[in-house]
Formats: sequence, structure tokens, C-alpha cells
Amino acid sequence: MKQALWGQVIKVKSILKREYEIPANDFALAGEASSNVRKILTQLGVNPVIIKRTSIAMYEAELNAVIHGNGGKALVEIFEDKIQILIYDEGPGIEDIELAMVEGYSTAPDSIREMGFGAGMGLSNIKKNADEFLLESEINKGTKVYITIALF
Amino acid sequence: MTVKEFALHNGYKILSCVDRAEELEITGVYICDLLSMAMAKIDDGELWITVHTNLNIIAIASLTNASCIVIPEGIEVEENTINKAQEKEVVIVQASDRSYDICINFYRQKSGVTYD
Ligand SMILES: Nc1ncnc2c1ncn2[C@@H]1O[C@H](COP(=O)(O)OP(=O)(O)OP(=O)(O)O)[C@@H](O)[C@H]1O
Ligand SMILES: [Mg+2]
Repeated sequence: MKQALWGQVIKVKSILKREYEIPANDFALAGEASSNVRKILTQLGVNPVIIKRTSIAMYEAELNAVIHGNGGKALVEIFEDKIQILIYDEGPGIEDIELAMVEGYSTAPDSIREMGFGAGMGLSNIKKNADEFLLESEINKGTKVYITIALF
Repeated sequence: MTVKEFALHNGYKILSCVDRAEELEITGVYICDLLSMAMAKIDDGELWITVHTNLNIIAIASLTNASCIVIPEGIEVEENTINKAQEKEVVIVQASDRSYDICINFYRQKSGVTYD
């Protein structure tokens, strides 16, 4: 599936490519990558409904990297017909992906919950808003979230 | 009704982006303090009531196209949050009322009900 998603990258040239650092536990910068992508899509005149879906999906993955993944990176590629986002970290990884996907499941500590995170809805928000969504994770290696959204 | 009309009418204080408050129409109300739930549920133009005042509320309001964030019960908002709101063009309104009364006030003003 990963091959199918990203194999196309080599063949089709993207219009725009961006890379973002996602610092760990820095809530002054958390969401900046998503916010920047939203700005770019707005400038490109993308349909507002699609911009919102992209923003929500990317924000949730970005914040998971900030909160659970010890920070990471985002790679964003915009094509004529779609946007592809990869958010990856080299954090602790997810032991049971199926369980992590269950709404309400969260390992967020109290200090994070006090800010309003930890509903355990982030991953399902990504799934609901993405046209393609793939979560890969390995314990002590890290987590990769692939998001593809069709632009029309 | 615009955010400014709503705030003025009810004696609420606009803490950021007063100029934007004049343009933004309120389409409804959403109340929730779980950020990822608010992220999933806020519809464009809705006024979002939350007791959180940390920096993260700005991204939620901005990415969901909320018309404004309303902080109830006179809770104070940190200066760095107000600065971020200014930067991201998010309107924050500070209301002395409780969430329920904020909703009632919105409903009354919207429907023109004036009894008390
Ligand atoms: N990048 C990651 N690295 C390690 N664990 C992760 C990562 N992303 C998610 N998880 C695990 O999956 C769980 C569920 O994630 P999800 O985003 O759905 O909820 P949450 O982040 O806990 O809360 P919310 O997103 O609702 O604020 C997390 O609590 C965490 O245990
Ligand atoms: Mg999350």
C-alpha cells in the first residue's frame, strides 16, 4: 500500500514540495506546519471544504508527533489533483495500532490532558478526513502517518 | 449577526482582532473542551465556547474556521495566547457569563426574543 501511495511521486512531478520540522512538546510552534499548508492551499484557490479536511488531518498527525512522538518532520507534496502528507517521528512507536485507532483510547499524560488533548480522537479524525490514510509504527523506532487528499 | 454585534450587545470583551470581529458572521454555537472533538465538530462560522486559554485553541479555531472563541465566566486569557490570536487573525471574546447563558444570549439576539 505504501508503494502504491508513494510510487506515483517518482513519476508525477509535484507542483510544490515543503518540509517542516515538528519540535517535541513545543506548543508555541505546534500546528505551525498545518497552518502553513492551509495558507498555501488557500493561495492556490483550493476548495475550502478540502482545505478544512486537509488542515484537520494534518494537525492531528502533527500534534501526535509533538505530544507522543518526541517531535518529527512533515513532508508535504501538492500535485495537480491531490495533496500527500507524510508525518514521521522517531519516537516510542505504537504498540497496538488497532487499539490506538479506537476512539477514546489515549495514553496522554495529565499535563497534556489539562490542555484539552487526550480525547483519543486524533487518529480517527485523520481517517475520517483523508481519502487515503496509512499508519505505520514500530516500537522504539517511530511512527509514520501517510495522508492523501484528493483536491477535487 | 457579527461577532462584534454579539459581543457589544451582551457586554462581552473582544480581546483580539476587533476589525475581524466586525466582518465575521456567527452561524451557530459549539461547546466542548476536548480539542480533537472541537476539531472534528466545529462548523464554519460557529462561535466556540471553551474554558481552555492555552495557545492550542488558536490553531483549532483557525483550522476549523470558527467565527470566534468565547471564553466564559470571565476567565483570564494569557498574553501569549492573545498575541497568537492576533497573528493568526482569530477573534477571542471574553464573556462574564456561563456557557449556558452565552448560548441563551446568542439565541435571543438571533431570534429577536427580548423577554427576561
Ligand atoms: N506519533 C505517535 N507516536 C507514539 N504514539 C502515538 C503516536 N500517535 C498516536 N499515538 C498513540 O495513539 C493514541 C491515540 O492517538 P489519538 O491521536 O487518537 O489520541 P490522543 O492523541 O491520545 O488524543 P487527541 O488526539 O484526541 O487529543 C495516543 O494516545 C498514543 O498512545
Ligand atoms: Mg492525538
